[in-house]
Amino acid sequence: MTKRQLPDTWLQNRKRWTALLIAVFLLGGAWTQISRLPPPDAAGGAPPASPREGFAAPDFTLELLGGGTVTLSELRGQAVMVNLWASWCPPCRAEMPAIERAYQDLKDDGLLVVAVNTTYQDSEAAAAGFVAEFGLTFPVALDRNGAVSNRYQLRGLPSTYFIDRQGIIRSVVVGGPMSEGLIRAKIEEILKETP
Amino acid sequence: MYPYLSLGPLVVQLPGLALLAGVYLALLLTEKRAAHLKLNKEHVYNMVFWGLVAGIVGARLAYATRFLSVYLESPLSLLALNPQTLSPVDGILTGLLVAGVYGRRKNLPLRPTLDALAPGLAAFMVAVGVAHFLSGDAFGAPTDLPWGIYLWDAYRHPTQIYEVILALGVFLAVWKQPLGRPGDGLNFLLLVALSGGARLFLEAFRGDSLVWDGGWRAAQIVSLAVVLLSLALMQKWYPPLQNRQKR
Repeated sequence: MTKRQLPDTWLQNRKRWTALLIAVFLLGGAWTQISRLPPPDAAGGAPPASPREGFAAPDFTLELLGGGTVTLSELRGQAVMVNLWASWCPPCRAEMPAIERAYQDLKDDGLLVVAVNTTYQDSEAAAAGFVAEFGLTFPVALDRNGAVSNRYQLRGLPSTYFIDRQGIIRSVVVGGPMSEGLIRAKIEEILKETP
Repeated sequence: MYPYLSLGPLVVQLPGLALLAGVYLALLLTEKRAAHLKLNKEHVYNMVFWGLVAGIVGARLAYATRFLSVYLESPLSLLALNPQTLSPVDGILTGLLVAGVYGRRKNLPLRPTLDALAPGLAAFMVAVGVAHFLSGDAFGAPTDLPWGIYLWDAYRHPTQIYEVILALGVFLAVWKQPLGRPGDGLNFLLLVALSGGARLFLEAFRGDSLVWDGGWRAAQIVSLAVVLLSLALMQKWYPPLQNRQKR
């Protein structure tokens, strides 16, 4: 018997092939049936926290440059863009003006930007100089000990997390600079949803 | 999981590199199989190439159309390198359409051309699995099994590894061309059926399934339909008896 004969024999025989089709349908259908998921309520409701799309954004509380604190979970109900950056990072510098423009245009529609400076690998003075240079008007938080960067599994700067009004991460962009189109499209997608 | 490699100010997207390697390998294998099937390999190569280019352009334009006001305001964003602003389904449809039109204009015969594409597509599926492994996408459901991997704050099925193993198996099966005669399209259908079967099996272990009403996993329903259709088409495409006897 040559290597081609066995499958060909099956294909030649219409009855045998039809039986194969029925067997595949039954087995595939049974596998699909047993791998069905329970209803969302039974599965536990809200997704767990993890720094990727579809998961709840891990919560944090950080001090702000210039005083005060910000807690991410207290911002529910707004579209939040968390941007991790450092003053020495060229793509961070390149994309920050576009972020500021988007914030100015969309803050009244419910956008909040939280720019988290990775202070443990930067300095507070350099961060303040950067904010003044670009005239940033959104809150700038200071990750002094790297806890937030660690929790968000920071692998490259800048890293940006687009978070919806329910606190779910909708998109993650690592590296940059992000185009203005990307920033606005991601925000618009979240803002268009029912509050 | 190694999604990014920071090289100074550059953040290299490793999954993207895996996909590029997959495209390169796919083109190489397609060209080789096209020559073996006595097709004009330059035409086949160009068909794939222009399909890919059209796919990328179509994916970006479709995404921009969804956010027209944004892109009218900053049209240069159309040229940005961000892969997040691509619409994959529209890209695939555009790519297929352009490749189809190109193939038709160059009089490439359908079934031999599909067979020529089969090993390259199978190799690309392996690269997709590797890209998923690097990025942490297509992740598994939580598990207590000893081979679970810690990913996204839980021990999960290493579905990306399952995916690579299954894709390698499909590649080996398709590479051997076990059905019919080379060029009659059956081995392309075999690729489709086996890939559909692999996804049908694998989806049960995924933690990111799109779920329809009743808890049905969408990918399983679609995969089952694809497997059945390709099996049915296999018999339809199988050469009639008189041709078989000439072999």
